[in-house]
Amino acid sequence: MDALLLSRIQFAANISFHILFPTITIALGWLLLWFRLRFNRTGDQAYMDAYFFWVKVFALSFAMGVVSGITMSFQFGTNWPGFMERVGNIAGPLLAYEVLTAFFLEAVFLGIMLFGSRRVSARVHTLATFLVAFGTTMSAFWILVLNSWMHTPQGFEMRDGVAHATDWFAIVFNPSMPYRLVHVLLASGLTVAFLVAGLSALRWLAGDRAKGTFLALRTGLTMGAVLIPLQILAGDLHGLNTLEHQPQKVAAMEGNWETGPRVPLLLFAIPDEEARENRFELGIPGGASLILKHDIDGVVPGLNDFVAEDGTVLHPPVKPLFFAFRIMVGVGFAMLFISWIGAWMIWRRGDINRPMAYVLVPMALSGWVATLAGWYTTEIGRQPWLVDGVLKTSDAVAALPATSVGITLVAYLLVYAGLITAYLSVIIALALKAAKTPHEAPPGINTAGINPDPAMVLGLEGNGRG
Amino acid sequence: MAEFQWSEWLPYIFAALMGIAILVYVILDGFDLGIGILSPLADDTQKDRMVSAIGPFWDANETWLVLAVGLLLVAFPVAHGVILTTLYFPVAVLLIGLILRGVAFEFRAKVSLDAKPSWNRMFFIGSLMSALAQGYMLGLYVLGLDTSWPAVGFAALVAVCLAAAYAAIGAAWLIHKTEGTLQVRAVKWLRASLGLVALGMAAISLATPLASTRIWDRWLGFPESLILAPLPILTVALFVWLWRLSGRMPLEGDRLNLAPFAALAGIFALGFAGLAWSFYPYVVPGQITIAEAASATESLAIILVGTLFVLPVITGYSIWAYRIFGGKAVDLRYD
Repeated sequence: MDALLLSRIQFAANISFHILFPTITIALGWLLLWFRLRFNRTGDQAYMDAYFFWVKVFALSFAMGVVSGITMSFQFGTNWPGFMERVGNIAGPLLAYEVLTAFFLEAVFLGIMLFGSRRVSARVHTLATFLVAFGTTMSAFWILVLNSWMHTPQGFEMRDGVAHATDWFAIVFNPSMPYRLVHVLLASGLTVAFLVAGLSALRWLAGDRAKGTFLALRTGLTMGAVLIPLQILAGDLHGLNTLEHQPQKVAAMEGNWETGPRVPLLLFAIPDEEARENRFELGIPGGASLILKHDIDGVVPGLNDFVAEDGTVLHPPVKPLFFAFRIMVGVGFAMLFISWIGAWMIWRRGDINRPMAYVLVPMALSGWVATLAGWYTTEIGRQPWLVDGVLKTSDAVAALPATSVGITLVAYLLVYAGLITAYLSVIIALALKAAKTPHEAPPGINTAGINPDPAMVLGLEGNGRG
Repeated sequence: MAEFQWSEWLPYIFAALMGIAILVYVILDGFDLGIGILSPLADDTQKDRMVSAIGPFWDANETWLVLAVGLLLVAFPVAHGVILTTLYFPVAVLLIGLILRGVAFEFRAKVSLDAKPSWNRMFFIGSLMSALAQGYMLGLYVLGLDTSWPAVGFAALVAVCLAAAYAAIGAAWLIHKTEGTLQVRAVKWLRASLGLVALGMAAISLATPLASTRIWDRWLGFPESLILAPLPILTVALFVWLWRLSGRMPLEGDRLNLAPFAALAGIFALGFAGLAWSFYPYVVPGQITIAEAASATESLAIILVGTLFVLPVITGYSIWAYRIFGGKAVDLRYD
C-alpha cells in the first residue's frame, strides 16, 4: 500500500475513534445540566444520583475525546501538510477559534464540574456544568463549520494556488453548515439517549430499581422518542442540500448509475464499479425520485454523469457509500420503533419489561454505529476531493515513506483497540457496580443557593431511595 | 519614521504568542508529566494524593499545547508542515504518550482494585513517553532539525534532561500541594533531579552556539554578550538559591512552599528566553523565517482580534480554577 492510502486509513482510524467521544459528551453535557437543574429545583436527591453516575461516564468520554482530538490537530501537520499550506488561511482561523472559545472553556470548567461540588456553591457548580456543555457544543460548531466548508466551499478566492478568505460570513455560514450542524447535534442527542437508556436498562436487569436509575431510563427513552423524528426530518433536508451541492455523493448513496426520472429506491443491491451497474437489485420503483424530488417523475442524477471524457472517475467510491448510508438509515428506523415502544411503556405503565430491557442494552451503542455510518457516507462521499473542487486529497498528503505511516498506523490501531475495550468494560462495570451499591446521600455536598420547595422534598422522601 | 505596517508586525506578534503558549505549557503540563514520571517512586496512598494534586488541572494545562500547535498551524502553516513531518516519529510517541497519560487518570479512578496497578503503569509510561518525546524534539530543533547520528545522540541527552526537568517541577508542585512524608519525599526527588536539569541547560547552551555561527555571533559578539549576561547569571543564581533552599525544606510552618515551583518556573522562562533569542527571526532554525512562513495578513488579523479578547478571559478563569482547588490537595471525589 502507498503512503496516500495508509495516511487516509490512519486519518480515518483517528477520526473514527475520536468522533465516538464528542458524540457522547456534547449531548451528555446538556443532560447533566438538566439533572443538575432538576435537583436545584426539586431538591430530589435522585437527580443528583443520576448526575454523579453520568458525570463519571462524561469524564471518561471527555478524556478519550481530548486525547484523540490532540492527535487530530498534530496529524494535519504530520500527514497532510498540503491541507494547511493550501487552505490554511481559512481552516486556520476556524481551528484557532475552536481552541480559544471552546477548548479552554471545557477544560478549565471540567475540573470544577467533576471535583468542585463540595468546594463551590450550587450556583457555581451549575454554571460550570453549563459552561462545559456550552464549550463542547461550541467546539462542535467550529469543527462542523470547517468540515462543511470543505464540502461546500465559498467566500474565498485562489491566489497562486492558495485560498484567501474574501467573506468570512459566507465561509462560516456556508450552504451545508446549518444542515450538517443540526444533523450532528441530533446524532449526539440520539447517541446519548440510547446510551443512557441502554446502561439504565442494564442496571434495571441487575435488579436496580432506584429512582435515579428510573429517571435516567425515562429521560433516555423520552429523548430518543422525541429526537428521532426530528433527525429523520433533518436527515432528509440534509440529503436535499447534498443533492444540490454534491449530486455525485447522492448518486453513490442511491447506487444510481443513469440520470433519469422514476429512479427506484434500492433496499438492497451490490454495486459493481467495474461493470458500472448493480447486482441483486431489490427496490421500490420511483422511490428515490419521490424522496429526493418529492415527485415520482423527478429526474435524479446518476453516477455516469461524473466520468470525465478521458475516463477519469470524478465520483466517490460507490460501495462504501451505498452500504454505510443503508446502515445509518436502518439503525435510525430501529431507534424510531424501539424508543417509541419503550417511551410508551414507561409513560403508560411506569416501567419497562424484560424483553424491552434486553433490546435496550445492545441498543446502547446504536448511536455510535449510526454516527460512524453517517460520517463515512459524508466524508468518503467527498472523495476524490479534500476540499470539494479546490484541493484533491492526493495533493495534500505528506511525502512520507509508506513504512513510516504503516508503523504509526499499527501503533495507533493497537492503542485505540485497547482503549475502546477498556472504555466499554469500565462503563459496563460502573453500571453494574452502581446497581449493586446501596444509595446513600453524598456527604457535604454544597447546597448553598438551593431553595427547594419543602413540600416537594418531603413528598419525595421515602420513595426517593431505592 | 517608517509607517507601522500590520502585515509586517502580525507574524512577530503570533510568534510571541506561540512562544508564550509553549512556555506556559512547559511549566503547567510540565508538573503534570513530572508527577507521572515520579509516580512509581510513591506508595499506593501517595499515588492517589499525587494524582489529586493535578486532577482538576491537567486537562486545562494540556490545552496550552493545543493552543501552541494550533498557532503554529494557523500562523505558520508551511513551518508546521516542515517541522512535523521531520519529527514524524517523536510526534507519534508524544501523542501516544499523551493519550495513555490522559486516559489513565480517568481509568485508574474507575477500575477495580486489581486493574488499578496497570493503569498506574500507563500513567507513568505515558508521562515518560511524552516528556522524552518533547525533549528529543527540542534537541533536534535546536540543532536545526538535523537528523545525523551526533544530533540524535544530543537529542537523546536533551530528552533525558527534559524528563528530569519535568520531574523536578513536578516535585516542586508536590512540595506546594502536599504535607508530611510525601512532602519530604518530594524534596528529595527535587534535589535528585536538579543535577540533570542543570546538565541539560548547559548542554543546550553549549551546543547551540557551536552548531551555528549565527547563534555564536548573537551571543558572544560585543555588546550582545554584555546585554545578555543577566540571562545565564540569573539562571545560575536561581539554581544555587533553589539548591540551598531545598536543602532546608520543609521549613517551619510550611513557609515558602511555593518558592521551589516559582524558582523552577523562572529557570524555565530564562532558558526559554535564551532559546528565543538564539532562534529569532527563524521559525525553522536556519531555514524559514517568521516572516516567510506566515499566513495571509487578513487571516492573522481575524485570529488576533479574537485572541486579544479571549486570552485575558481564559487567563482569568484559569487562575480562578486554580484558586478554587488551592491549598493542600485532598482526595478527589465526584460527589
